[in-house]
Amino acid sequence: MAGIPKRKLSAGHRKSQRGTEESPFVKWLLITVALLFSLVFLLLPLINVFAQAFAKGFTVYWDALKHPNTLSAMKLTLLVTIICVPLNVLFGLAAAWAITKFEFRGKSLLITLIDLPFSVSPVVAGLMFVVLFGLQGFFGEWLADREIRIIFAVPGIALATLFVTFPFVARELIPIMQAAGSDQEQSALTLGANGWQTFWYVTLPSVKMGLLYGTILCIARCVGEFGAVSVVSGHITGKTDTVPLHVEKLYNEYQGAAAFAVASILALGALLTLGLKTWLEWREAKLEELAQQAEQAITQ
Amino acid sequence: MSIELKNITKQFGGVSAVNDVSFTVADGQLVALLGPSGCGKTTVLRMISGLEAPTAGEIFVRGKRVNDVPVQKRNIGFVFQGYALFKSMSVADNIAFGLKIKKWAKADRDARVAELIALLGLKDLEKRYPHQLSGGQRQRVALARALAPKPDVLLLDEPFAAVDAKIRQELREMLVNLHHELNVTTIFVTHDQEEAMEVSNRIVIFDKGRLAQIGTPREVYEEPASEFVARFIGVMNVLDCEVREGVARYGELEFPTHGVTDGQRLRIGFRPYAVQVSNDLTAHRHFAVLRHTYFLGVLLRLELELPSGLIIRARMSKEEYARLNLTEGREVSLQIRQYRVLAREGESLPPEVSVTHSLSLSPGEGI
Amino acid sequence: MAEKKFRVLPGFGLTMGFTLFYLSVLVLIPIGGLFLRTFSLSWADFWKLATTDRALAAYQLTFGASLAAAIINAVFGTLLAWVLVRYDFPGRRFIDALVDFPFALPTAVAGLTLASLFAENGWLGQFLVPMGIKGAFTPLGVVIALTFVGMPFVVRTLQPVLEHLDRDVEEAAATLGAGRLRTFVSVIAPTLLPPVITGFALAFARAIGEYGSIVFISGNLPMKTEIAPYLIVIRLEEYDYTGAMALAVVLLIISFALLAVINVLEQWANRFSR
Repeated sequence: MAGIPKRKLSAGHRKSQRGTEESPFVKWLLITVALLFSLVFLLLPLINVFAQAFAKGFTVYWDALKHPNTLSAMKLTLLVTIICVPLNVLFGLAAAWAITKFEFRGKSLLITLIDLPFSVSPVVAGLMFVVLFGLQGFFGEWLADREIRIIFAVPGIALATLFVTFPFVARELIPIMQAAGSDQEQSALTLGANGWQTFWYVTLPSVKMGLLYGTILCIARCVGEFGAVSVVSGHITGKTDTVPLHVEKLYNEYQGAAAFAVASILALGALLTLGLKTWLEWREAKLEELAQQAEQAITQ
Repeated sequence: MSIELKNITKQFGGVSAVNDVSFTVADGQLVALLGPSGCGKTTVLRMISGLEAPTAGEIFVRGKRVNDVPVQKRNIGFVFQGYALFKSMSVADNIAFGLKIKKWAKADRDARVAELIALLGLKDLEKRYPHQLSGGQRQRVALARALAPKPDVLLLDEPFAAVDAKIRQELREMLVNLHHELNVTTIFVTHDQEEAMEVSNRIVIFDKGRLAQIGTPREVYEEPASEFVARFIGVMNVLDCEVREGVARYGELEFPTHGVTDGQRLRIGFRPYAVQVSNDLTAHRHFAVLRHTYFLGVLLRLELELPSGLIIRARMSKEEYARLNLTEGREVSLQIRQYRVLAREGESLPPEVSVTHSLSLSPGEGI
Repeated sequence: MAEKKFRVLPGFGLTMGFTLFYLSVLVLIPIGGLFLRTFSLSWADFWKLATTDRALAAYQLTFGASLAAAIINAVFGTLLAWVLVRYDFPGRRFIDALVDFPFALPTAVAGLTLASLFAENGWLGQFLVPMGIKGAFTPLGVVIALTFVGMPFVVRTLQPVLEHLDRDVEEAAATLGAGRLRTFVSVIAPTLLPPVITGFALAFARAIGEYGSIVFISGNLPMKTEIAPYLIVIRLEEYDYTGAMALAVVLLIISFALLAVINVLEQWANRFSR
């Protein structure tokens, strides 16, 4: 987005001068409508979270956060995130390597499979795992005999979260690695490098940004996932409530301010995610600008 | 490092990109693999490097069969067409990469990198990144990187295709000098026959996956083995002639040949330099009008139109042009001193049968 | 001479194996399990469970609201993208960054805050409810929530296209005498149509599957404001596993169909770009 030229608004003129700009009236009308839309759908909901959270004062806010149920919910969310994100990063790297560096049949089917979680309802996702691992499920008896709990326990929550969040890293990496081609890797091979060295020294550094970006999105989604986790968790307070589920519980128990207080933590997380994302995009744009300038300076 | 290819074939799907190619590269030679796009030359290069595997045939380096040796272990240097520099590493790190893999000590690495930076004129660029370099600079870094680990063979894939014409000239000279200094067996792929002629001491010409001819630049220019080679290298006047009374004829031109029968159709080719032109209309047998003159620096190319409407290309130096007092529109006499039979009745001739015919060469007249 | 596939880059076996394993465990086996279980039902039973009155009302709401939300997002998303790319105004960068907010915010929080905004005593609700616009516990609330979650899709799909749009074409139209509106309709809009439609399809697919935000804002009144995924949860809580599965299979099949359509759309849109 860098480099959008500033336009000189000709004050007092109704018709545009160049013929390729809208009249100032139209322009500002469009801007106003867009801003109104953003206000209602973006800004107000955000501000409202914090307003409601502090509606009953700071003590209530703080108590809600300090509450042992909130803390255990946070611990569970953290645990699930720590389990899921590294696994998804590994998957993203492996899938991107397989897809972009090799030719094989069924590639587009594979890519479609990776995109699948985006179009499946999270409730359906959760249900699938209940069908597999629930008491009445395919493996239900086998698991019960060995006293392994997947549904209504952490493993189930992790599985459901994995399903919903695994595409993020892969989808960021695939276009980047596709565009880079495999010449750099091949030249590393001619210089004697084996597969791991090539991957570590050549491929990985070139996808740093995309990897970071995808990981951030993955983390945000891990923390915020609701539907799929809701189905598999069993809502056992203090044990299998993630933070979003805890918010729901507080809300259903008519503890509005407390619900908003916990929700505000999630909203802060979202803002942090946005900030990181924007910073990364800004950095990338800046680097590209510098590279372009350098290229122009050289060819002159 | 001598390299031998025996009956190399490469098939992609059902298509043969390379078909039964065999040739040898002696130690220290600078060889060009030449041919039009899609003729298989890059595939052959990649098979020598190990980046592709032949469908059939064998490759020997120094007498040892290397078909099953992976690319990492072949000790070759490869320069890609797009340079393929490591974008996230500095110039110095790029060059040092192969040394790092081979576990050279840091001091040795640094010394070697400095050596190559000096050799390839990259001073003051060590800390730059690829996106901060010009095309010519990137190419030199790619060369330095490939040469750093002291490879047995240097392979280059159309190394100068992506650069401006001026830089191309500098890089060609640099490659020749490098080869002289380092004496590394070098094989490079190009579609530019001028480049092949200028740079290499042997040319391997490919036509649709097959070997068309191998020879020195002089050999492929003056003794092309087939019509394809004749047309591909340099400029050639090609005429479809018919044999009458033992002589191949086109319009008013006559080309005495042996071993032909009347009524046969032949394709005769002659180079522009073989056309002898005179402003004295009695000096030679045929007449023509100088239609157009092209200035090519030291040489001039002439387009001569014969009475039958045929246009042939001739060549002469500036001095001779001035001496003959030629201008466009001027009538001249000409004769063709040297020509070759390129093909007979639509077939190509096997190399042994092609012979260059010369007419009355006076002593002292060279080619 | 066997034609063993020669791959010069290493690691195909390892990465492909891991990828397929991961996908099998997370995607293929669970989906397979769901379909397998549902096959144990007779076709008649399946049909009955999938088309109860309550289910039909849920489909209607899910589809209707998703469609409405996607259309709103298509219109306003285009507007927003245009304004962000073409104009400069105070706060442009801030709004641009904020567009991703629905993407980053957990759906539960989204539902919570939207419900509170549009409720009778909410900041917006206090004005809107007297006017008859009830945002909470109504189908309208569902549309509002779905508009929120789907908004980034159209904007983000359209922005790169707008940024790379060749201004020369517009200038050519101007030199030929076309007014600004005419230029927009005849020259610019057709180029924007493919990405807008792609964004619309993405927003639509997202809305159909949405759960978290709606649960808070709709009140989940059966036959009125109950979406299909919620009905699945209800059936689960009632231990009606087969009922839940039947519904889930219907939704899954729709997901697949949508995925196929989106793929086709993206290919079509790509053909038009540049």
